[in-house]
Amino acid sequence: MIVAERKSIEEIIEYIKDRDKVLIVGCNECVTVCEAGGKKEVGVLASALRMYFMNQGKEIKIDEVTMERQCDHEYLEEIRNIVDQYQAIVSLACGVGVQFMSEKYFKTQVYPGVNTCFMGVTEERGVWSERCQGCGQCILATTGGICPVSRCAKRLLNGPCGGSSKGMCEIGGEVPCAWQIIIDKLTALGRLDDYEKLAPIKDWSKERAGGPRKVVREDVRQ
Amino acid sequence: MNQTREPKTDSNLEKILAAGHLAVTSECGPPRGSDADLIKKKAEIIKNHVDAINITDNQTSVTRLCSLASCIHLKLMGLEPVLQMVVRDRNRIAIQSDVLGAASFDIRNMLCLSGDHQKFGDSPQGQNVFDLDSMQLIQTVRRMRDEGKFLGGDEIKRPPKLFVGAAANPFADPFEIRVRRLAKKVAAGAEFIQTQCIYNIERFEEWMRQVRDRGLHEKVYILAGLTPLKSAGMAKYMKNRVPGMDVPDDVVKRMSGVPKDKQPDEGINICVESVQRLKEVEGVAGFHIMAIEWEEKVPEIVERGGLYPRPNP
Repeated sequence: MIVAERKSIEEIIEYIKDRDKVLIVGCNECVTVCEAGGKKEVGVLASALRMYFMNQGKEIKIDEVTMERQCDHEYLEEIRNIVDQYQAIVSLACGVGVQFMSEKYFKTQVYPGVNTCFMGVTEERGVWSERCQGCGQCILATTGGICPVSRCAKRLLNGPCGGSSKGMCEIGGEVPCAWQIIIDKLTALGRLDDYEKLAPIKDWSKERAGGPRKVVREDVRQ
Repeated sequence: MNQTREPKTDSNLEKILAAGHLAVTSECGPPRGSDADLIKKKAEIIKNHVDAINITDNQTSVTRLCSLASCIHLKLMGLEPVLQMVVRDRNRIAIQSDVLGAASFDIRNMLCLSGDHQKFGDSPQGQNVFDLDSMQLIQTVRRMRDEGKFLGGDEIKRPPKLFVGAAANPFADPFEIRVRRLAKKVAAGAEFIQTQCIYNIERFEEWMRQVRDRGLHEKVYILAGLTPLKSAGMAKYMKNRVPGMDVPDDVVKRMSGVPKDKQPDEGINICVESVQRLKEVEGVAGFHIMAIEWEEKVPEIVERGGLYPRPNP
């Protein structure tokens, strides 16, 4: 899933303080799972904002809605009839949803309500960590199914560097060394000899470096 | 004297190693400013006692005068620099361009490194590059030299003639791939290795045994890395705070066992004894003495270690 973090309420107040009518839009997908932008978080944020502005003696109408997804036209269309009533939208979807909303409702200001962080997993409730950076050319087959692009702080394809210490990365913060995990996994598979195969220089043009990416499937296109 | 081999470049360092002599290298860190005299002064202190001088590349991710310009200053003094290059700050265009720049001044040695994460330095909020990794950097420079080609496939006019080195840490984690990792660097094209500082001599000798078992000592020149300890505090710091550093308790005890004003001397004694012992280890082709901001001690270590005078290449 895409993992996001809630923005501070102060930042959101700053965005909307001069507006009269604001819609807060949640998303039922990834941001619900990582507890940053689902229905529950929409409710919490809306209440907190109402309380803040009430204490300030300001009248701002704040409405709430949570969509199935914000990255598909059909769900985004659900607010077409009401969108003009609002001067601004705060989307608690990931950056994808915020943008799709902003593109679709071109005359409406859409503010992000979360910081979109990475593609990752739920390690345990309240702990999410990164697993994929969408490099566009998956190499997991050669690294025991553990990704050095997303999980090594230096993206080393032939790691580890000298900073791996007792299974942890030199950057600290309890980040495991991806190459320690790769080596442990290759050992468990009885394939440690694979470690000695040199990983070729990567084609980063499939990644961010190549510019905005697009996948087109003619066979399913309508 | 070690076995002789045929040199492939005009590097003096390579010629000395190829002739079977124990080589001696040292390193200087460039200043945090544009005064080149600082690097020249450091080089002056050690130039008669070493065969080549490494210039570090923004070590610990702290911004400094660049390695390439510093190497040029040394070259213009008639000395033999080793250009250290990290892949943290340059993409493949900049790397190949800097390699050509070095070659245009006939800089003849290069050490290929990953580089510390920028988190440790003065720009923790900066981007990092890591377009290539250190192994791929080795491959790139070898390809430029041996095939006369850029990574993109185009021909290089007057290809760079660099003697290509890499680092190895016999003490880092994960332990089980220490020798495999060296084998990989050799397969990538590393011709000399400068190791992490050695304090745990037994563990280094065990690593060398495994290196010899795979015959790697016959494919790559291994320079044993040594850093003299200045104080008991430094020994403890290295032991406890520097990842991948193995400082045994008896070394810390020995440093702590002498009065504070005698500790620098004790550190030099330990370093000299290490040289004397490691000289006898089969496959050790020389020494890389990293006297951090203590260059004035390099001549003494080299002389007392029985590595002086230096041979003419």
